[in-house]
Amino acid sequence: MGRIPRQYLLRRLRIFILTIWASATLIWIIPRLAPGDPISAMVGQMSQAGGYVEGSEEIIEGFRARFGLDQPLPIQYLRYLLNLITLDFGYSIASFPTPVSQIIGQALPWTFGLLVLAMTITFLLGNALGALMIWTHTPHLIKVLIPLGMVFTSIPSILSGLFLLYIFAFILNWFPVQGAYALGIIPGLNLPFILSVIQHGTLPALAVILVNFGYWALGMRGMMITVQGEDYVQLARAKGLNPLYVLYRYMIRNAILPQITAFAITLGTLVSGQVLVEYIFGYQGMGKIIYDAILARDFAVIQGASFIVICMTAGAVMVVDLTYPLVDPRISHGGE
Amino acid sequence: MTRESRTPVLEVRDLRIYYETPKGDVHAVDGISFVLYQGETLGLVGESGCGKSTAAMGILQLITPPGRIVSGQVLMDGVDLLKLDERTLRQMRWSRLALVPQGAMNSLNPTMRVHQQIEDVIRQHQTKTKTFDRSQLKPRILELLSWVGLPERVYDMYPHELSGGMKQRVCIAMAVALHPGVIIADESTSALDVVVQRVVAQTLLRVKADLGVSMIMIGHDMGLMAQMVDRIVVMYAGRIVEIATVEHAFRNPAHPYSQVLIDSVPTISERKPLKITEGITHDPRNPPHGCIFQLRCPFVMERCRREAPQRREIRPGQEVACHLYEQQPDGSYRDVRDTA
Ligand SMILES: Nc1ncnc2c1ncn2[C@@H]1O[C@H](COP(=O)(O)OP(=O)(O)O)[C@@H](O)[C@H]1O
Ligand SMILES: [Mg+2]
Repeated sequence: MGRIPRQYLLRRLRIFILTIWASATLIWIIPRLAPGDPISAMVGQMSQAGGYVEGSEEIIEGFRARFGLDQPLPIQYLRYLLNLITLDFGYSIASFPTPVSQIIGQALPWTFGLLVLAMTITFLLGNALGALMIWTHTPHLIKVLIPLGMVFTSIPSILSGLFLLYIFAFILNWFPVQGAYALGIIPGLNLPFILSVIQHGTLPALAVILVNFGYWALGMRGMMITVQGEDYVQLARAKGLNPLYVLYRYMIRNAILPQITAFAITLGTLVSGQVLVEYIFGYQGMGKIIYDAILARDFAVIQGASFIVICMTAGAVMVVDLTYPLVDPRISHGGE
Repeated sequence: MTRESRTPVLEVRDLRIYYETPKGDVHAVDGISFVLYQGETLGLVGESGCGKSTAAMGILQLITPPGRIVSGQVLMDGVDLLKLDERTLRQMRWSRLALVPQGAMNSLNPTMRVHQQIEDVIRQHQTKTKTFDRSQLKPRILELLSWVGLPERVYDMYPHELSGGMKQRVCIAMAVALHPGVIIADESTSALDVVVQRVVAQTLLRVKADLGVSMIMIGHDMGLMAQMVDRIVVMYAGRIVEIATVEHAFRNPAHPYSQVLIDSVPTISERKPLKITEGITHDPRNPPHGCIFQLRCPFVMERCRREAPQRREIRPGQEVACHLYEQQPDGSYRDVRDTA
C-alpha cells in the first residue's frame, strides 16, 4: 500500500497506450477487409433505394478524395492515427457534414451521467443485497424478498424497460416517456433543467438497476459464502465483536475484492452495453448513436464510438490495476 | 494442589452437537462431560474427526448450521452459556473465554493490519471503568506483541507479511489482550514446522505461567501434550473414553484406545513396529449400540455390544469408560484380563 511507484506507473501507461493502438489498428483494418469501400457501399445503397443516381461515379470520386480514400493505404493509416490523437474521427457519413466527434461529444455526457450513476447504484445495491442474503442476522422477510426481486434479472432489459414505461409513464403518468429532458427547457445549470434531467433519467436508470443488480447480488452471495467459512470470520465472532462490524469489516471488505475488478470492466463497456435501454427510452446517449449508426451503416460514427469504448475499457482496467493494491494489501505493484 | 481445593472454571455437562446431513445427523459430539479447573491445562486428544473442534466450538457457542447443539450445558462460574442472550454472550466472549486458532491458518483478516485486529477487540470490550484512547492503545498493543516475542514493526504489518509462527503469536497476543480466564487452543501448533511449533508452545506455556489462565489444548501431538498439559481427555468418535493425569495417561493408560494412542508415540530407545490404526470404523450417523470403540477394540467382550460403559474413577486421577475394569467389593478396580 501507499504511493504508486513511478516506474510501475510508466510501465502501466505504456501497456495502456499499446492496447489502444492495437485496437485502433484493428478498427481501421476490419472495414477495409470488406470488398469495396464505405463510399461505394453508401452510394450503392443510395442507388438501390432511389433507382439510378445521376453522376454516381463523380460523386464517389468526390467523396473518396474528401475522405482521403484515394491515398495509398500507409498514408491513410498514418493520417488515421494522427487524427485519432486529436480525437478527430472525420465526418459522419449518414449526417454529413457533422463531425463524428461532435456527435459523440453530445451523446457521451448523457450516457456518463445516466449510466455511471445507475451502474454505481446497481453495484452498491446488488452487493449489499447479496451480502444480506448470507448474513445470519438478516431478518427472514428480507431473505425471502431478495430472490423475488431478482426475477427482473432473468427478464431481458427490453421487456423490463417496456414494463416500467407502461406502468410508470402510461398508466401512472409519473414520468415522461421519452427523451433526456423536456423540450423548451434551456440546458444549463438551472433548477428546471436539472429537475427535468432527473425526471427523465429515473426510468431508464431504474431499468438498468432492476436488470443488473441480480448479477452483482449473486456474485456477492457466492463470495460471501466462501468468506463466511474463513477462519478469520469465525475468530471475529469468537472475539464478541459487533455483528454489523463483523459483516462489513471482516466479511464484505474481503468478499467485495473480485467484484471491484468486475465493476471497473463493466464501467468500461457500459457505453455499448445499454444500447437497448437508451433506445427504448429515447435517451440520446452513446447507445442511441451506436444503434442509429449501425442502422445507417455510418462507419465513421461506429469507428469513433468503438474507439471511445476501447479507451474507456482500457482506462478502467488500468485504473483498477493501479488502485487495486490500495484495496487489497496482498497485491503489490509488480516488481516492488 | 490437593484435588479438593481445585475450583472449577468451566464445566461441560452432557454436551451433544450434531451436524445435519442429507443421510441423517452426524453425532460429532455425543454427550461429553468434563471439568476444567482453575489454572490447569487440559489436553483434548483423539484422532482427526473425533469431534475435538466441534466440542471447542460448542463451548465457544460458535456452532453454525448444519451443526446444532442438541443438548447439554456449558457452565462458567455457574452460568450456562447456552442460555445466555446474544448480547450478554457477546460481552462475555474474549473477555472471559478466548480462542487461539489452528496454526498458520488464515485466522487473521487479510485486509486489516495486525494492530487493527487487536485494537478492535479491545475497543469492543472496553467498559466505562476501563476505556482506552488512542494514546494508551498503542503502547498496550506493543506491550502485548513484545510479550509474545514479536518485534515492534509487526504492529503495522499485514498478515501476509508474517510467517506462520509469527501469525500464531499474534493470535496468542490477541487471546490474552483482555486477560480471559479460559483460553481454548485448537491445534494451535499443528501445521507449523517443528521448530516453530516449539516456539509457539513455549509462548503458550508462558501465558499459563505468567497469567495463570486455564487452558484447553487440542492437538494430536502426544509428545507435545506430555510436556504441556496437566490432564488429558481422550475422545473417540464424539465421546470421552478416558480422563487422566499426564502421569497416568502415559505410564498406564487404561482405555484400549488410549493405549493405542500412547503406543503410537515413537521413541528412539525403543523402536516399535508402526501400529496400523484405522480411522473410526462405524458410520458416525449411526453409532453402534453399547461401547463406541467395540469395532476396533482388541479386547471386545460380549457385554461391550450390549451396554455402553459408564465413566468411573478407577484410581485417583484416572477416569475411564470401559468394561475391562470391574469394581471389587472393597471399592477398588481390577482389570478383568488379569484373572482371565
Ligand atoms: N459442517 C459439517 N457438516 C457435516 N459434518 C461435519 C461438519 N463439520 C464437522 N463434521 C463432522 O463432525 C465430526 C467431527 O469433526 P471435528 O470436530 O472437526 O473433528 P476434529 O476436530 O476432532 O478433527 C467429523 O466426523 C466431521 O466429519
Ligand atoms: Mg479439528
